[in-house]
Amino acid sequence: MTDMTASQQRDDAEFGDYFALLKPRVMSLVIFTAAVGLFVAPGAVHPVIALSSILFIAIGAGASGALNMWWDADIDRVMKRTQSRPVPDGRVSAGDAKVLGLWLSVIAVVMLGLTANLLAAGLLAFTIFFYAVIYSMWLKRATPQNIVIGGASGAFPPMIGWAVATGGVSIEAILMFALIFMWTPPHFWALALFMNDDYTKAGVPMLPVTRGTRVTRNHILIYTLLLAPVGPLLAFTQIGGPVFLAASLALNALFLRGAWQLYRRNDAGATADQYAAERKFFRLSLAYLFVHFLALLAEAALRWAGINWGQWPLWM
Amino acid sequence: MAITREHELHARRRKRNAMLGLVLLGFVVMVFAITLVKLDNGGTVEGFDHAVRPGLVEPSE
Repeated sequence: MTDMTASQQRDDAEFGDYFALLKPRVMSLVIFTAAVGLFVAPGAVHPVIALSSILFIAIGAGASGALNMWWDADIDRVMKRTQSRPVPDGRVSAGDAKVLGLWLSVIAVVMLGLTANLLAAGLLAFTIFFYAVIYSMWLKRATPQNIVIGGASGAFPPMIGWAVATGGVSIEAILMFALIFMWTPPHFWALALFMNDDYTKAGVPMLPVTRGTRVTRNHILIYTLLLAPVGPLLAFTQIGGPVFLAASLALNALFLRGAWQLYRRNDAGATADQYAAERKFFRLSLAYLFVHFLALLAEAALRWAGINWGQWPLWM
Repeated sequence: MAITREHELHARRRKRNAMLGLVLLGFVVMVFAITLVKLDNGGTVEGFDHAVRPGLVEPSE
């Protein structure tokens, strides 16, 4: 069941070690985007149902994190960024991570199905499957396009939140999905540029490892250009409005400028200032997503307060 | 023979068990709250039970 001997396992794991298996930081992003997807959707959801649904979505995301830590323990042991995770650090056995991940997946999906509806539960099950099997087991070690396709798993939560509230999926949910999906590649490639050594050591075929940093910089710019129209498109739907449009245009201007700067740089320049621009672009990417969803929430709050933009044009 | 000496490990396990207990208690409370809300909103209370349940038959026409 486990590949470590009693002498390697230092002590009994603490509760916090099991919690760390659920990737709390990823989970907080999932909670936030799922909550936004749920709250901006038309129709009222009882607070108890809303709260517990978001919790079950978060548990499902956490479960796929635990499964990822079980599968990737060998890589995590090599990479500096992940060495202190519970499994590579020897605090929890890989087998325990697997069992926890599998059971939490089942509990989360069944409970979401009972609490909300079967569509939401089905989407959650697919998300877990996509992250644990398609991304972790298959794509991550096989292709430099790993995060492009794998990004879908991170993009599902707002769609699941929307499905909890409406029982369906509509253009708004698809555009929220598209926003995260298109955002993921520039976000992770910026990280990969300054974490290149880690990925090389672990043999993960990230784009800078297989195709070089020049190609990666080109790709970041291309994907940022493809991402740019998604936010403004979302602005002209039921859940958008002028506040969201203004935020989206400002964020896209900043993000495009950042991507352009990365495109113009080379490794010599990047090493000289220890990847300052890449790190800045990575931090900006976090703000980009966060503020977009915050602006959606602001529009929902304005609608709720009775302020609606009478003549606001909708393309859908 | 009972274990008489308290090891640091025992304290650690006790803490872990207490936390798990709290999580399970929280889960029970949550399921109870969901049940109350579902009943309040008139969710389906009766399900198929291997016998004819007149209350479940949809009125025709």
